[in-house]
Amino acid sequence: MTATTTAAAAIARTYRDYDRPLWQRVLLTREMAIVALVLVVAVVAAATVRGFGQPITVTYLLLDVMPILLIALPMTLIMITGEIDLSVASIVGLSSVLTGVLTAGGLPFEVAAVVALVAGAVCGAINGFLVTVVGLPSLAVTIGTLALFRGLAVGLLGTTAITDFPEFWTSLAKARVGGSNVPVVLFVFLVLLAVFVVLLHFTPFGRGIYAIGLSKAAARFSGVHVERTKFVLFVLAGVISALAGIFYTLRFGSARGDNATGLELQVIAAVVLGGVSVFGGRGAIHGVIAGVLLIGVLSSALRLANVTSDVINIITGALLVLSVVTTSFLAWLRKRRRAPGGTPRVEASTAG
Amino acid sequence: MFQKKTRAGALVALTAAAALVLTGCAVDSGSGGGESTDGAGSDNLSITFLPKNLGNPYFDTSSAGAKEAIGEFDGTFAEVGPAEATPDAQVSYINTLTQQGVGAIAVSANDPEAICDALNEARDAGIKVVTFDSDTNPDCRDLFINQATAEGIAKVQVDEITKQIGDEGEIAILSASANATNQNAWIDLMKAELEANHPNVKLVDVVYGDDDDQTSFDKTAALLQTHPNLKGIVSPTTVGIAAAARYLSTSEYKGKVALTGLGTPNQMREYVEDGTVTSFALWNPADLGYLAAFASKALIEGDITGEVGDSFEAGKLGEYEVGEDGVVLLGDPYVFDAENIGDFDF
Repeated sequence: MTATTTAAAAIARTYRDYDRPLWQRVLLTREMAIVALVLVVAVVAAATVRGFGQPITVTYLLLDVMPILLIALPMTLIMITGEIDLSVASIVGLSSVLTGVLTAGGLPFEVAAVVALVAGAVCGAINGFLVTVVGLPSLAVTIGTLALFRGLAVGLLGTTAITDFPEFWTSLAKARVGGSNVPVVLFVFLVLLAVFVVLLHFTPFGRGIYAIGLSKAAARFSGVHVERTKFVLFVLAGVISALAGIFYTLRFGSARGDNATGLELQVIAAVVLGGVSVFGGRGAIHGVIAGVLLIGVLSSALRLANVTSDVINIITGALLVLSVVTTSFLAWLRKRRRAPGGTPRVEASTAG
Repeated sequence: MFQKKTRAGALVALTAAAALVLTGCAVDSGSGGGESTDGAGSDNLSITFLPKNLGNPYFDTSSAGAKEAIGEFDGTFAEVGPAEATPDAQVSYINTLTQQGVGAIAVSANDPEAICDALNEARDAGIKVVTFDSDTNPDCRDLFINQATAEGIAKVQVDEITKQIGDEGEIAILSASANATNQNAWIDLMKAELEANHPNVKLVDVVYGDDDDQTSFDKTAALLQTHPNLKGIVSPTTVGIAAAARYLSTSEYKGKVALTGLGTPNQMREYVEDGTVTSFALWNPADLGYLAAFASKALIEGDITGEVGDSFEAGKLGEYEVGEDGVVLLGDPYVFDAENIGDFDF
């Protein structure tokens, strides 16, 4: 009796994921809830906040969130494996300073930028090495390198700023396509987005990332190169952070040691808001993009509404907590919902 | 059943978030309602102050001054700003103000270059830009309200110390770090001023506390032992003067060795009240904000364009003239003493 009911439950579980039509499986997800929320917030803001409906908002908004968007891509992958990288903002600062110092030292800007990218890769490799080869937890490692890289950045330049960059590049960082309000850098992001979407959702490497997040041991036994995958991801995060650092430097025309301080928290907040589980194994890129945009749209609209920065922080923070809580709450609901299947089973077994 | 609950869950999440958004917007109708309608016309007296960061007593004081000024000419005062003093956060706010179409932005720059492009975009949109306290490159703003010149800072400190020691005897300087550009410029000007006008006052030593509280404290102690005839100490740095005052207040030299320099009222209050320090100097941030507000008004109304020689009326502070590079000088540094220190909180 017990055996048959368990078997029935097991069968029910195997087709649980497919017991809904395709449109429901695509639309009734956490990711889509965030996408919908972005749309709702944008529409409400456009209707109620004066100045938000202008086309220029799009430009400023995209330029503002661009570093977060860029870094969120590798961060998503890292967090799906169950790891975290807190040092990204410090790598942004370091690459910004390196670009500045080398340009000021007489190197052409292009060369300086390449050196900064390589330095970003090295920083990522240091993280990767400590996490995968030495086997330390990424939280501890990247808190350390957060301080280390930031210290290097501030130490290299002190409290001064380097502000002399080629006009061509600085204007390119802010340029818009033709007469439209779409910044040119958006296309750099779109290319990277395509690469990361294919990488995460359509390659064995990407499936391996989910497998690692769900169970490292199971992934290893299934032939996933756990260490190598993580190492590659940390290096990727380093390079993309360096790229974001170069963009940051050009957009503000200023290389400073304290550039992008605290950016890692915004990135991680957006990634978590976008539906990536902090325990790994769960998440999708479209949700993360929506998460970044949600934070961006919210803060832009609130700023326009003259809401002070501390209130903006409170709202974003509350939203973040709420998003984490709802996930757990929904999971708990789902578990409870399974209970009716379980309760009779207990009754049945006692009756039997 | 499963589907229905998921949908219900999603709905709950949506409603909750929408509620959040709506409360956010409710705040808007309260505080944002003061903005005048779009366009930066000549009568758009909506002036927004953008300090380096919010929650900073120094800027709270300057904004209070600005608010008072804007109240006098019936403009609209607003203050926005980041929680942390970073240039990138300021750029977002400048962009926002451009979108809102305010009349003028008065900003204390976190970086002379980083916020330049954003400011120029604002100016292209017809917004007047005034910097105060901390300047940007001259080509990114219409006016800079300078709190004090190096000459003024040097002179007020020499005046105060010589007055306190009776214009004769040995004095020493407790500076920040040995290669701090502004400190060294002030010290050179102080030496010149002493030589020219105070022949009986002898500067016997210059020591460096590196703007570190403990180092400055120890250097003060060493200074007093090395020079037993010392009559006064000048510390042109807020860290140094506070540390020196702390040493003096607990030592036998209290009331015997004079101390002056640049400090903030909140740091120095207890030493002024217990008699360790007679007076010290700094500028008055409230006046700085007040002047920045009137300068913004003059720009908005087209009375001045920021050219050299332009002059404008600044309420209780009187008339001001624009100097080289679009700089308006607030005036001589402000001297704080037991009489007036109670009026300040920064």
